[in-house]
Amino acid sequence: MRATLDLPPGFDPMTGRFGRFGGRFVAETLMPALDELTRAFFEAWADPAFRGELDGLLRDYVGRETPLYEARRLSERVGARVWLKREDLAHTGAHKVNNTVGQVLLAKRMGKTRIIAETGAGQHGVATATACALLGLPCEVFMGAEDVRRQAPNVRRMELLGAKVHAVESGSRTLKDAMNEALRDWVTNVEDTYYCVGSAAGPHPYPLIVREMQAVIGQEARAQMLRQAGRLPDAVVACVGGGSNAIGIFAGFLADAGVALIGVEAAGEGLGTTRHAAPLSGGSVGVLHGAKSYVLQSEDGQIQEAHSVSAGLDYPGVGPEHAHLKDTGRAEYLAVTDDEALSALQLLAREEGIIAALESSHAIAILPKLAGRFGEGAQLLVSLSGRGDKDLDTVLGLLAERKAEH
Amino acid sequence: MGRIADAFAKANEEGRAALVIYLCAGDPSLDWTPELIAAIAEAGADVVELGMPFSDPTADGEAIQLASQRALKAGTTLKGALEAMKATRAKTDVPVLLFGYYNPLLVYGEEAIARDAKAAGVDGFLVVDLPPEEAAPLEAPIREAGLDYVPLVAPTSTPERKKAAGAVASGFVYYVSMTGVTGAKATTLDVAAESAAALGGELERPVAVGFGIRTPEDAATVAAKADGVVVGSAVVRRIAAAGSLEEAKASVAELVRGLAAACRRP
Repeated sequence: MRATLDLPPGFDPMTGRFGRFGGRFVAETLMPALDELTRAFFEAWADPAFRGELDGLLRDYVGRETPLYEARRLSERVGARVWLKREDLAHTGAHKVNNTVGQVLLAKRMGKTRIIAETGAGQHGVATATACALLGLPCEVFMGAEDVRRQAPNVRRMELLGAKVHAVESGSRTLKDAMNEALRDWVTNVEDTYYCVGSAAGPHPYPLIVREMQAVIGQEARAQMLRQAGRLPDAVVACVGGGSNAIGIFAGFLADAGVALIGVEAAGEGLGTTRHAAPLSGGSVGVLHGAKSYVLQSEDGQIQEAHSVSAGLDYPGVGPEHAHLKDTGRAEYLAVTDDEALSALQLLAREEGIIAALESSHAIAILPKLAGRFGEGAQLLVSLSGRGDKDLDTVLGLLAERKAEH
Repeated sequence: MGRIADAFAKANEEGRAALVIYLCAGDPSLDWTPELIAAIAEAGADVVELGMPFSDPTADGEAIQLASQRALKAGTTLKGALEAMKATRAKTDVPVLLFGYYNPLLVYGEEAIARDAKAAGVDGFLVVDLPPEEAAPLEAPIREAGLDYVPLVAPTSTPERKKAAGAVASGFVYYVSMTGVTGAKATTLDVAAESAAALGGELERPVAVGFGIRTPEDAATVAAKADGVVVGSAVVRRIAAAGSLEEAKASVAELVRGLAAACRRP
């Protein structure tokens, strides 16, 4: 167990910046709360008792470590050895729970009595509601009304777990607007409320907290690759919305210069259209939700609505560490369309018997394009960030449409 | 001293708190904006806060969110707001503070916006999501252009943070009456007014109180102790309810006259 925190490359703890990105662009009312949270996080993270309690919950409650699985039939189709880091097998069916158990534990330690969260696909909402039920704190989740519609099973799960779900009707009625509303709640109830951010985005210290709590994915995967494959992978691949599962798995390999890090954004209906969710591939530098990073915006600095078939990637911003990794060239960011992701979901289901989330299917979809790049015997490690049960309605609807078109 | 500080000093000499009135540029269209500013000044406002609409106004309650949406839907840009400011200067010399969020300013360019705002007759800036730690890249060009930079202080601000705000402030300091968003109901305006008065003494700057001040009674409570009173959501609601520009001018002017009278200290 680490007693201290190894800071990420390029990170300045005084300013909360990763290179030129990150920082704190929020109303003055929240600044003291962010200072308090920063202090509390550093103290907790250096406290063996806190880390021991968290590790115990991750093992016995979440089910870590999650398996590393060599997908042999998929490998044949892709033309490279593919290893899946099975975050879909974590409790609640996605990687999000790693972070929520840690943050709600931190909130409790800080004496906070109420938890709020934003959610897109509903996975972070479910994971927050789960952690709150586990640790006995009341939970309220903000979710765009559009996402409430397309991720209905997750809304019911959150309610069953005892959380109150607020359908947000403002703006594009998706994740961005849910985050706006969560920030408005937090500024109003900042004294007793803990805001549990699910993406590696938001003002400092959230991008740091979320990456540290998700780094367990990369730490496990690195050791598992060495054990099972006998070597490190040629590339680590993960989907990127806000970027929490990607930064979590990347964190384990940042220091391994020979390992390529590849983030996959949602190209929606195509990067050439206005209907995508790929700020790193098709956006520009701006400030959204408290941090400087790449965002989708108009020439006039208005944030644009993102589009992706996957609610979890449907966000016009991205975590600041990803922006920094793009600028320094340490990571590369590609994008795949809705259609490609849907086909990848079908491929994985039929070849491996795994129904992945639409988000994670973006990472699968890029694999055939990568296989040739690393030569004979290439080994690719993929973060399978979540399972696809929540997407069944969306997927079946799209497949029916596709059938009708042909 | 700039026009904003002059307005606060003049109000103080006349035995009243300065009245600061917010409206959103381009709500519901940019040709209303110069007319509304002139009507607001005429009715007794000492300073006007001109909102620059933003797609994601996280510090604002519903009234100002809707105003921003109306303005953006009507095609309002920062450039357009500056054009409206130029037109306003043919009608009134009331000090005008641009009020908004950082991203549109960042994208416009910090030096360019300071220069163009000065040329358009703007007097200062207040940027809600730009705390003192992040302010330097914008605050420096604003100061160089001879414009005021107005920081926010909140009930949660620590003594060190208050000092930091005082160090970047010119014109006045904006004290947020409560932990919350604009337009929410304030329950302890008397306490906020007292805190603002104490803050003014500490920082040796005028301090205005905003958030949750809706009625002349609210304004009088704050004006008894604070240097300035800011009203926004109540104004914006009147603009939204009006069927025509003339109706909006009359309705807003009536509200402002009542607020201005309430700002007079007994």
